[in-house]
Amino acid sequence: MTNSTNEMHQGVEMTTAAVNPAPDAEERVKVQNPIGSQTKEALSLENEEICVETKDFKLYYGDKRALHGINMKIPRKKVTAFIGPSGCGKSTLLRSFNRMNDLVDSCRTEGEIIFDKGDIFHRNVDVTDLRRRVGMVFQKPNPFPKTIYENVAYGLRIQGIKKKRIIDERVEWALKGAALWDEAKDRLHDNALGLSGGQQQRLVIARTIAVEPEVLLLDEPCSALDPISTLKIEELINELKEQFTIMIVTHNMQQAARVSDYTAFMYLGDLIEYKDTDSLFTNPEQKKTEDYITGRYG
Amino acid sequence: MMSMKEWFRRGEPWVWINGGAVAISMIMVIGLLGLIAVRGLSHFWPHTIIDGTYHKPEGGSYRIIGEIANEEWVPAIRLREAGIPIEEGVDEVHRLLVKTGNRDITGLDFRWVLADNIKDITIPDDILNVERLEWGNYYGFLRSVKENGQVIAEGDGAHEVLFSRLNRAIALSEQITDIEKGDIGAINYGLEKLRLKRRSLELEGALTPQAEADLQAERAEFDARFKILQKERNDLLADLSRDSFVAVNMSGVETEIPFSKVVNIFQPNGLAFSEKIVFYVERFTEFLTRDPREANTEGGIFPAIFGTVMMVLLMSVIVTPFGVVAAVYLREYARQGPLTRTIRIAVNNLAGVPSIVYGVFGLGFFVYFVGGSLDEVFYPEAAPAPVFGTPGLMWASLTLAILTVPVVIVATEEGLARIPKTVREGSLALGATKFETLWKVILPMSSPAMMTGLILAIARAAGEVAPLMLVGVVKLAPVLPVDGNAPFLHLDRKFMHLGFHIYDVGFQSPHVEAARPLVYATAFLLVAVIAILNLTAVMIRNRLREKYRALET
Repeated sequence: MTNSTNEMHQGVEMTTAAVNPAPDAEERVKVQNPIGSQTKEALSLENEEICVETKDFKLYYGDKRALHGINMKIPRKKVTAFIGPSGCGKSTLLRSFNRMNDLVDSCRTEGEIIFDKGDIFHRNVDVTDLRRRVGMVFQKPNPFPKTIYENVAYGLRIQGIKKKRIIDERVEWALKGAALWDEAKDRLHDNALGLSGGQQQRLVIARTIAVEPEVLLLDEPCSALDPISTLKIEELINELKEQFTIMIVTHNMQQAARVSDYTAFMYLGDLIEYKDTDSLFTNPEQKKTEDYITGRYG
Repeated sequence: MMSMKEWFRRGEPWVWINGGAVAISMIMVIGLLGLIAVRGLSHFWPHTIIDGTYHKPEGGSYRIIGEIANEEWVPAIRLREAGIPIEEGVDEVHRLLVKTGNRDITGLDFRWVLADNIKDITIPDDILNVERLEWGNYYGFLRSVKENGQVIAEGDGAHEVLFSRLNRAIALSEQITDIEKGDIGAINYGLEKLRLKRRSLELEGALTPQAEADLQAERAEFDARFKILQKERNDLLADLSRDSFVAVNMSGVETEIPFSKVVNIFQPNGLAFSEKIVFYVERFTEFLTRDPREANTEGGIFPAIFGTVMMVLLMSVIVTPFGVVAAVYLREYARQGPLTRTIRIAVNNLAGVPSIVYGVFGLGFFVYFVGGSLDEVFYPEAAPAPVFGTPGLMWASLTLAILTVPVVIVATEEGLARIPKTVREGSLALGATKFETLWKVILPMSSPAMMTGLILAIARAAGEVAPLMLVGVVKLAPVLPVDGNAPFLHLDRKFMHLGFHIYDVGFQSPHVEAARPLVYATAFLLVAVIAILNLTAVMIRNRLREKYRALET
């Protein structure tokens, strides 16, 4: 009861904030980003510990080249956002980091993606282990038709963890980490499909962090959600970056500005500009970037 | 006023055609079910027995006692041509089919009579309808009850004695059946096992005097037990044939009927409506639970129901895993290309092959080739009698499994194709292998589709008769495929089937008139059995659907 009133109360606040987000977007970035504008000034890729690096990475679907040699360094325990118009290859690039593109028959790659000192495309790499270490959350919430508990425990069971006590602990930890524990603790054994869209997406995040990955890939995680749920996920991303390296693909530039430390702008399979979020949005070097963020196309 | 053109343009005729088509289908289905239900189920209602005088059109008269089984209006001209004199000026004649029973005395137990020529009709309460083991029903009046040939009751008081003696006789014959089917059956089974054991030892050259003596001892034990049972049975039989009763039929002939030949006696005319209902339920239950008698025209159809259900269950157990595994390969592992497309087309077309062709295949491949080889390898001691090299339950189930596997494959494939890609990706992204994803997520989620396939398979298999005649169904199976003798489930045995039973009773029966209601009743039961099997599967499917409700789009 308390829970739902609380939620409703929040809801009212959020709606008023979300009804007209555009005019005061700048304001809200400052208010909501705990890092704040001062610390952001100091951000620079040279000072970061690098987690993942792509070296002249090209990707083909059949004969068509979708990525034309991407070179970039992804900093550890920071949020990196990928923006760009539809079809620019940002999702393709994101899906390359945990080799989800392997599922597409005609897909072929060149170049390297270095993660943990090795190329992830090397033939000795165990792709299931890679995917455990590089977790992914998709555009549409995709919980399994199992209970909430079983959803979170799924990855753990896949890893062969059998002890109920350990699974219990990890499920609780993951749900707390995904800010879902308070809402879900009394209905752990209900079907996960009974949750709302936003809750489902947080469940999917919980499911992903339960296996303790190093990197979290978020592929437009909020595009199917309402503004309130979106806000919750954004707050969650801010908390999660304490522990995980996060990459997020988004269509929403305000969102990129709000949640990310670094932003990459991609256009037609090329990486056009990549630097810390504040300077990219306030002082873009490339004409294309400026056109995009000022809304000339996209 | 709407013009014709406008009326067409709005599509109203189209709506009427749509609605009409549905209505006609509904009428046909309801009509079909209604016909077999009414015809079949009315058979068990206690029919009134009339007692009257029949004046033959050609002169002369006799007393007629019987049930009115059917009636019709026939053109008088037809009867005149048949030599029956009908008054001039009459165009149509109402005639009745009367079941007079007493086939042993009068030679025929159904006769057509002209309705108007039956006079002085009475419905006496004390007419007996005696259901006998042989010769069909007997209709007549009780004269006396005898014990060891001595009359012990006569006249009105005799009825009470009759029914008390009848109950005693029924109890005794049940005991006898128990002994014959149960204990003596088990001994026969054991003796046959011993014979086969001896034969196999002989074939292996291991029949030492010691072994021979052991077998002899075992056989002696069986023989001793058999002797005891036989004596017990003979005593009961003697006991059973102690009593008899004398009755007089419509021609005034007195007959003495021993209770050992009687299945049941009742007086339908004396029953109140509520008693009739009780009677009806009892008779219907008997029909469901008893073995058939008299070339399947009397008694129950329990072995046929049992055989049908057993075969369908076995078929389901075989076809589901087989079809699912094949579908998983086709959809999940095989490279989608011309080859898989061809295979898919071939599988779909298999469903259209006439079922008798599967019967021929089953006979040639399963029975003769597989069964024959099994016999050679595992049952050399039984030769020349076949064990699996002859039609039987297992081969029938396997044949039907092949017949229905395309349905399961197609349904499962569709189910697999419907699972959202995002769910697969979700599982793979957590580090699950393809196998784990399939096993833990995809297969459970597509289980409702598998059940749909199984439902279609059951519907097809349970109604199939033609192939079964080649691979295991018989007119009369003396034993059920499941009994108390290890290994309890005898897959090599032949069995009875409702569909074949309908054909047999309807077309192969020596006694068409008596069998006709049974054809309808059996048909009704076949529909009911299939409906029950299907509903069970549908309920399971709905539960699975609820559990694995697909992601809302």
